[in-house]
Amino acid sequence: MRVVVDFDLCESNAVCMGIAPEVFEVRDDDFLYVLQEEPDESLRPKIEEAVARCPKQAISIED
Amino acid sequence: MNKPIRRVVVVGASLAGVRAAETLRAEELAEEIVVVGDEPHQPYDRPPLSKDVLTALEPPEVGLRNAQGLDVTWELGVGAASLELAEQTVHLTDGRSLAYDGLVLACGARARVLPGTEEMARVSALRTLDDARSLRAALVAGAERVLVVGAGFIGAEVAASCRSRGVEVVMVEPLEQPLVRVLGAAVGSLIADLHRSNGVDVRLGVGVDSMAEDGVGGKVEVRFSDGTIESFDHVVVGIGVVPNTGWLDGSGLTIDDGIVCDETTLAAPGVVAAGDVARWPNPLFGELMRVEHWEHALDMGAHAARRLATPDDQAGPYAPVPWFWSDQYDRKLQLAGRVLPTDEVVLVAGSVDDMRFCALYGRDGKVSGVLAVNMPAKVVRYRKAIADGLTWEQAMSETEVKEPFVVGRQG
Ligand SMILES: Cc1cc2nc3c(=O)[nH]c(=O)nc-3n(C[C@H](O)[C@H](O)[C@H](O)COP(=O)(O)OP(=O)(O)OC[C@H]3O[C@@H](n4cnc5c(N)ncnc54)[C@H](O)[C@@H]3O)c2cc1C
Repeated sequence: MRVVVDFDLCESNAVCMGIAPEVFEVRDDDFLYVLQEEPDESLRPKIEEAVARCPKQAISIED
Repeated sequence: MNKPIRRVVVVGASLAGVRAAETLRAEELAEEIVVVGDEPHQPYDRPPLSKDVLTALEPPEVGLRNAQGLDVTWELGVGAASLELAEQTVHLTDGRSLAYDGLVLACGARARVLPGTEEMARVSALRTLDDARSLRAALVAGAERVLVVGAGFIGAEVAASCRSRGVEVVMVEPLEQPLVRVLGAAVGSLIADLHRSNGVDVRLGVGVDSMAEDGVGGKVEVRFSDGTIESFDHVVVGIGVVPNTGWLDGSGLTIDDGIVCDETTLAAPGVVAAGDVARWPNPLFGELMRVEHWEHALDMGAHAARRLATPDDQAGPYAPVPWFWSDQYDRKLQLAGRVLPTDEVVLVAGSVDDMRFCALYGRDGKVSGVLAVNMPAKVVRYRKAIADGLTWEQAMSETEVKEPFVVGRQG
């Protein structure tokens, strides 16, 4: 599983960080950092939740 | 696992309804799913309507991604006309009827209109894709002067979007500050300042007495409550929304500023409600609330779908900390919690002068909310803490900065 963020769309709403802080971090510079681009399969439910709840529909999962 | 529900009807093909349908399908909670939506369009997203749809060179794609390829029966362009609870049947506006085993009510809200302006082509609300397209068309056609009535979030975003196109904007607000009933006077005045510094002519304590369309010049003549008369190329009215519950009158459901549900989102046996139309007692705040936010519509849609498939004695409450964002110019406002204008407000990070800060709202010894401008990570952390019952004392003892929130300090 690969986490892909479209940074042209991402606006750092930080919803993903609230759901999966292991993978997404919005830092003090207001930018989103993907901490693990190929996270463990066990994180899939959380990442799917982050995909669904991103206000900009900027996150996707590539298998 | 429970047996899937045979047939679920979802009324409302927008955020909450589509999310409910998606959840029912993904979690195999229903066999047949029918989604009824009275708008002619494929399900679409509303937040871009006051933002990118108005400002982008090319109008952006607004279709809801999770609606694409969803295995449901779509009934679009047709409305639900009435509900017969005892018969478990929804009657449609085209005369057909749909029997259901489970029903999701996600029919949202519509924009409030100024009486007498319904037929005016140059006066519109901003709730639907059609509203946004007509405003965009007016801007593209060269509207030079726009009036925004109401300085709530939608009005403020429209004002910002128009300014970014170089359009002259007057924004009137009958109250003494924008959003004063939501965020309090201090934060409200900050929003007024933000718009003024971006060239909006903000007039507070001013309402609209009457409007008339002048067919020849293509203008709208507006008479304000302070007696002045001015003309505009277009008027956008953002004075709030009303839940779409008219079709449920007499159904037996409890309707009171929305469809009233129990704390699990159940409105009647086999009937749940979600999103802008739903009102339910949120145990986290001990308050019957109706929330008009994007993320809430999604979450409650998913929760309501699961509730429908859960036996009563196993159903849990829906207890979110409401959250939303609003984009105005290069500022992102975010608010999590349930704040009152009478709450205490304390600045805990950043600076008001820089318009980059985080403030906490508190009442009854608890943190009731967190507001941030361009500080999204802070909101995430405080939102979690609020869900865990963060007390005011705890919050104050943990933060280095704590200044009373005052705007326009001298020196
Ligand atoms: C311009 C705009 C900008 C916004 N920006 C933000 C933002 O930045 N941040 C944020 O958090 N929130 C924002 N929101 C709020 C957010 O979009 C709403 O909370 C969300 O759309 C609510 O979703 P819903 O599915 O509950 O209801 P709605 O989106 O209102 O959808 C209800 C649907 O049901 C249909 N319907 C109604 N009655 C019937 C019937 N009898 N039969 C069939 N269909 C029916 C309606 O036509 C509509 O299509 C914005 C809203 C607007 C309008």
